[in-house]
Amino acid sequence: MLLKRLAAASLFAGLMGSAAFAANCGPEGQSIRILASDFPAIHAVVNAARANCADAAAEFTANHTTEARQIMNAALTPNPAEYTSVILANATLTQLMNDGLVRPLNDLVEKYKDSIPPNVLITIDGNVMAVAFMANSQHLFSRKDILEQAGVDSIPASYEEVLEAAEKIRAAGIMEHPIAMNLQTGWNVGEVFNMIYLGHGGEFFAPGSAEPSINNEQGIATLETMKALAEYAHPDHLTHASNETQGLWESGQAALAVMWGSRGAPILDDEGSTEEVTSNTVLSAAPTVGGGSIPAATLWWDGISIASNVSDEEAEATFAALISGLTPEMVAENNDDAVWLLPGFEPGPAAAGVAGTVQGGARPYPMIPQIGLLHAALGSELTDFLKGGESAEQALSDVETAYRTSAKEAGFLK
Amino acid sequence: MKHRTFFWFILPTLSAMILFIALPIVSVFIQSLFVEHEQVLVVSESCGPFGCTPTTTVDTAATAALQEEQPLGRYNGLNTYINRSHLAFVEVGEAWRSTETFGAFWKQIINLPFYRALIFTLTYTAVVTPVVIALGLAIAVGVNNLPRILKGPSIFISLLPFLVTPLVGSLILFWMVDSDGVIGATIQRIFNDPSLSLKASTALTWTMLIVYGVWHTLPFSFITFYAGLQTVPEDTMEAAMIDGASKWQRMIHVVVPHLAPLMSFVTLMLLMDNFRVFEPIVSFKAEAHATSLSWIIYNDLRESGNPLYGSAGATSMMTIIGVVILLTPVLIRTWRDFNRKAH
Repeated sequence: MLLKRLAAASLFAGLMGSAAFAANCGPEGQSIRILASDFPAIHAVVNAARANCADAAAEFTANHTTEARQIMNAALTPNPAEYTSVILANATLTQLMNDGLVRPLNDLVEKYKDSIPPNVLITIDGNVMAVAFMANSQHLFSRKDILEQAGVDSIPASYEEVLEAAEKIRAAGIMEHPIAMNLQTGWNVGEVFNMIYLGHGGEFFAPGSAEPSINNEQGIATLETMKALAEYAHPDHLTHASNETQGLWESGQAALAVMWGSRGAPILDDEGSTEEVTSNTVLSAAPTVGGGSIPAATLWWDGISIASNVSDEEAEATFAALISGLTPEMVAENNDDAVWLLPGFEPGPAAAGVAGTVQGGARPYPMIPQIGLLHAALGSELTDFLKGGESAEQALSDVETAYRTSAKEAGFLK
Repeated sequence: MKHRTFFWFILPTLSAMILFIALPIVSVFIQSLFVEHEQVLVVSESCGPFGCTPTTTVDTAATAALQEEQPLGRYNGLNTYINRSHLAFVEVGEAWRSTETFGAFWKQIINLPFYRALIFTLTYTAVVTPVVIALGLAIAVGVNNLPRILKGPSIFISLLPFLVTPLVGSLILFWMVDSDGVIGATIQRIFNDPSLSLKASTALTWTMLIVYGVWHTLPFSFITFYAGLQTVPEDTMEAAMIDGASKWQRMIHVVVPHLAPLMSFVTLMLLMDNFRVFEPIVSFKAEAHATSLSWIIYNDLRESGNPLYGSAGATSMMTIIGVVILLTPVLIRTWRDFNRKAH
């Protein structure tokens, strides 16, 4: 459905194409200051905005840093804020909204609605808080040659099939550790729990409250799945994040991996790996788990937000400039850098995994104010279980108590 | 020196110390006594490219009003110090009551984040400090006895580990011990075990961190002792030689006592540095097996998106207290020496 929607959107984009040349940059002579993460797709959007509107602005600066999440709250707190816009994602929007540092965009969206593609508004409680432009999620990477060699006919669709295939590969003596996953202690291992837990149909909190609700059957099933996967993963898996798993994959040391969609293009390109690996790599939707119907993954978007503590003119100029960058031309030039939610996008092989995961109905990463605290607690308390020193129940109860302790300190629980 | 002169001499240092050391500590202490305001949550709906879901949001206006009332947050007294993330009095008491054997009790204790970090921090300090002092002295004596032409180059080489930034140094070692790295692969070959990994075992990770710690701080103790060796009085040494003292006896009875004040100084510095061990844990991605007090502070401030200032402040205060406790014996010794010399 997403693909159809995108195809329709690209038609509509053809009509809009000419408008891009006379970009509407809003009020002139304003200062535009952008804080963003540091990856190619975001550079593409910011550079397009710069090309369109830097001349009309008094100042156009962009700070691309991997530490954006760490500095954004501090940078947006003073009035006037250090940046007029932060390019952010699900989790980071919550982090800014918790402190009221981003403004509702309803008026601006109304004013520029002709340039805004459909279905990209992030609305919370009726207020548009961000405009998304790309999607990301975890999904399955498979080596079809190795699967064939081990006698597995199809690409695994569930974690049970992944484990079965891994066992066959091991039994056939092809690889001792065929699975690669981002299980590094901290954020990554917490995120693996999140996706498999959502795949099991779990809920993180009691509805409408900040009370954790993960110490249940789904939680235990999630941990059992993680442990089973870890058995087939490289012995160093507790130190593996995206860069390491991508390295394992590109050096041909893994046959089944659950990695981020944004790693698809770098893996499939002709750098850092061999023809044998790239030509046999198949990207597909994240596996389902425990008989569930949706892919076990968390959907993420990246989008534009505007700071609260800046003048209305600066806010409008920034919004107009960034929106002017979301053109089909920009998408066409950078088609494989991301899974764009924008008109003109033609899903290539690198996008197949994310598109499949979205179509399968995977759930978005929850935008709940206290999710960061639970995620951190998961990140630090689950490794004891994966190392084998602790029962699943004990690990989950540790997570809940660790979360309660920090949630009390942050004011979410009494 | 007259008190008045002394006062004017010390004034610049003193004011800098108050401004940059004492006041921040006071501020950290005050922050550790407070926790954040209650967050006013409202139930709402969030919509995006992937559909709509019910969610909760923070009512920022209501929360800001609370903040206006009490800018520091809610007063929490010493409760942050005794909660589960820190001294965990309740959990420790519970573990004591509910367990039969000391082993079971210990297992519950090391499940608590603060104690787990404390155990690694103390082990690291207790192993690295004496090893660095002994090896540093040995290398200093060795280099001191080299022919003049070799002294310069060997001093330079011995100082190299100190010149490497800790973060970079540990990253390099981390890559070397990887199972594809030069050290990791060699060890696998020696033990003929292809799944042997230094990063996957707690004992080996601790060893790796300690070896790194020794490697990195060794030059400091070496160069200090080497400087000290240049001041060993020739007369006493010659007298000892005439009395028939062997090389080893001269070392134990002349050189070491002469270097004793220097040793207190090196011990002091090493204890402080080692108790704050942090960079290697991050670079080695060793969090699964080893955490330290400084790492907990970093994690509290960084991991969740909402920095937990109270928690971080409490751990900082306890780190300071820990350093003071460790240093007390050395400080008492220095004070005694000082008094003896003064009279």
